[in-house]
Amino acid sequence: MSNIKKITTPLTNETIEELKIGDSVFITGIIYTGRDSAHKRLIEALDKDGELPVDLKDQIIYYAGPAPAKPGNPIGSIGPTTSYRMDPFAPRLIEYGLKGMIGKGNRSQEVIEAQKKFKAVYFGAIGGAAALMAKSVKKAEFVAYEDLGPEAIRRLEVVDFPVVVVNDAFGGDLYKIGMEKYKKI
Amino acid sequence: MREIEVSTITETVKKLCIDANYYLGDDVVKTLKEFEKNEESPTGKEVIGKILENIEIGKNDKVPLCQDTGYAVFFIELGQEVHIKGGDFAEAINEGVRQGYKEGYLRKSVVADPLKRNNTGDNTPAVIHTDIVPGDKLKIAFAPKGGGSENMSEVQMMAPAAGIEGVKKFVIERVRKSGANPCPPVIVGVGIGGTFDKCAEIAKRSLLRPLGSKNPDTVYADLEEELLEKINKLGIGPQGFGGRTTALAVHIEVHPCHIASFPVAVNMQCHVARHKEVII
Repeated sequence: MSNIKKITTPLTNETIEELKIGDSVFITGIIYTGRDSAHKRLIEALDKDGELPVDLKDQIIYYAGPAPAKPGNPIGSIGPTTSYRMDPFAPRLIEYGLKGMIGKGNRSQEVIEAQKKFKAVYFGAIGGAAALMAKSVKKAEFVAYEDLGPEAIRRLEVVDFPVVVVNDAFGGDLYKIGMEKYKKI
Repeated sequence: MREIEVSTITETVKKLCIDANYYLGDDVVKTLKEFEKNEESPTGKEVIGKILENIEIGKNDKVPLCQDTGYAVFFIELGQEVHIKGGDFAEAINEGVRQGYKEGYLRKSVVADPLKRNNTGDNTPAVIHTDIVPGDKLKIAFAPKGGGSENMSEVQMMAPAAGIEGVKKFVIERVRKSGANPCPPVIVGVGIGGTFDKCAEIAKRSLLRPLGSKNPDTVYADLEEELLEKINKLGIGPQGFGGRTTALAVHIEVHPCHIASFPVAVNMQCHVARHKEVII
């Protein structure tokens, strides 16, 4: 891979505009986990109160539901879950101020357009390398919807969390470019 | 007549649940290393390298390879000379799952009702396929199935006229439109024939074969090879970032079917291809 770009959270538009598809990135700072049920509740909260239980402005959401932590470990294995299931919710959150999403799999055109319009990045984490991903997590705590268990929103403190830029803020798509480059009819 | 206590079944199942999630089969590791060597994309090569690193961490730290520790699926061969003693057979298996998923720090990923979506809290109930066979052994194969790859699976009831070309078109297109979703590199389980449900079942059973083993019928063995080659020309690559390693193997299982039917099923499997079996 090309040289690794190191970024910290919260994300600024300046940082986002420097990220291009295919970039290897190490994220250090705070990321929030959330997947299907949490997203449903977040949108309900936005609709009802205009507010979220966690301030996600300029933050990154990691689509993940970890395995339980073994005693002495901050978190259990924590690879990405498939992102398309969060597509119905993502544009609203991006408009609200979410700046980054980490998952795996392609996003809808609506999500990509929202990323261009409001400046946000979609990163891919390696699916199935969940024990490896857990090594980058130094601390984890519930911040909302604890009753959802693996689907709860957790605040993770991460150091050099390894991801790849899949959709940048300019409409680029690594999945399309990658496939074009290596396909043989 | 041979007696097996349900407590033995529970203990065996508990260990299977944990072992399958921490330790990947040597056949999968070997295949990944071969594909890593031949992968043309530098990013693709690096992704496979990280996958192999993850497998070492799982083994050494005794932690799950993937956070999705799967829906518990069992394929059982119960010898007709065996007498199960001390309780209910299915409940003994479910209790083994309950204990294994608790003591192994595995994720509880099952909801009781598909519309209500309330977690059962213990990763039960398992899906249990039981065949009664001659003999006095009890063979338990455990294959936890993750949601990501499972969601990219499909059954199609084709017209018999679709033939082998219909199979090729369906399987290749199924992998292509799955893209990065099932965590490539994938293993493609294919079922041809049977009834609607049997077709899907044999597609799943095919995933329990040693990786890269061939179907004993040369027609299907050749088809497995051709499909693997064509799938790896799609360019999807490891994690969909582009490359020549989109699938590690294609396994085909077949079954007699109705004169009017030609069912074909794809059960997609990711690279964390977990299955362990024990014979009691």
